[in-house]
Amino acid sequence: MLAQLGDDAKLLAGGQSLIPLMKLRFANPAHLVDLNFIFGTSYIKEGDGTFRFGALTRHAEIEASAAAAKIPILHDCAAGIADVQVRNRGTIGGSLAEADPSGDWATVLFTLSADVRCLGPNGERTVYLNDFIKDAYTTVLAHDELVSEVAVKVPSKGSGGAYLAFKRCAPVYPTASAAVQLTMDGDICRDAAIALGCVGLTPIRAKDAEATIRGQALTEKTVAGAMEAARAAADPQTDIRGSADYKRTLVGALVKRAIEIAVRRARGEQVEVGHLYA
Amino acid sequence: MPDSIENISVRLKVNGKSYSRTIEPRKLLVELLREDLDLTGTHVGCDTTYCGACTVLMNGAAVKSCTMFGVQADGADILTVEGLEKNGELHPIQKAFGDCFGLQCGYCTPGLMLSALQLLSCNQQPDDKEMRKAIAGNTCRCTGYQNILKAIQMAANNMKGA
Repeated sequence: MLAQLGDDAKLLAGGQSLIPLMKLRFANPAHLVDLNFIFGTSYIKEGDGTFRFGALTRHAEIEASAAAAKIPILHDCAAGIADVQVRNRGTIGGSLAEADPSGDWATVLFTLSADVRCLGPNGERTVYLNDFIKDAYTTVLAHDELVSEVAVKVPSKGSGGAYLAFKRCAPVYPTASAAVQLTMDGDICRDAAIALGCVGLTPIRAKDAEATIRGQALTEKTVAGAMEAARAAADPQTDIRGSADYKRTLVGALVKRAIEIAVRRARGEQVEVGHLYA
Repeated sequence: MPDSIENISVRLKVNGKSYSRTIEPRKLLVELLREDLDLTGTHVGCDTTYCGACTVLMNGAAVKSCTMFGVQADGADILTVEGLEKNGELHPIQKAFGDCFGLQCGYCTPGLMLSALQLLSCNQQPDDKEMRKAIAGNTCRCTGYQNILKAIQMAANNMKGA
């Protein structure tokens, strides 16, 4: 259908970003293809150590799912996106395909091993999420392709994660966000994945920050090192939500807090996390 | 833009009553409710997916009716503020909003009451945090929210066992 309608056609998933963008005339598609009536596009399946989410699975469905209960960082994200009304409509596939630099899902899923299944007239292909997002609002999807499924590996035992987003109020995008997933062995951090949101054109994997704590005991000093490296990795822009300096400082603080929560969760502690408000 | 836009027929149930209309595909659900069905209790506040004044329940779930198209409600069961009262009796949530002074100008109230209803239909005894989370997508510029929280609490108490 997309091939038939041409370049001016767009896919409509949950519509919680696209419809506002159309009202602002930032998006001006001649045709909208509504995916919401296609049967079997909303599901959560578990198997082979992987959770698979249908592209049109709503944030609210993920919030209440067994996947979120098992992988707390997914709950942090799903339960914190905007507000109840938006979570009832917005979808995980739509969020990734839109690739808004301030979106929540991509940042979180950068720290887990996540694959995006893309479906087009020439069949299906699977793209690693970190390669799927190319730039702000830009993915590897061809014009006639769509996201059909998102597959997320269940982190290994001894692993814990946390996602913190700092916002002025519920319905707005975060000012900055940080996702951390750690694999702990006693006090030693065996593996670390740290991603920063809203502080660049795409989510940023803070690899230097990860290297600072990988294989190390998590002390005040090593965590401070990770925080510093995360600040350096951020590439924020000054805008209505804050100055570049402010966001850089903020994202460092979020990384520190997320590490602390991830460690506690890796030990098996239940820690409830919500998005933080100014 | 395409040369001509074909209107699309939509059938939906609103407050228990079935409707069938032929509308432009670009028409928002809130416009369908207000302009075509004369159900003007659902308000348009910001029209930017922020304020929640246009909140209705679609198949039991709170949605912002300014952020979906009318044609997307085809086959859906919609509840608006007009559907809260039964046989001339106010709904317990409506009564509680009145009793607790949970409204002043009243513009946001229909949306807030429907958000409250979604909460209370899946959580009979919400705590303060759960109530705040449930209405985080509804902006009120008059009350300061405290009386709204009191109203939801009162409604929860009155609805228990109902």
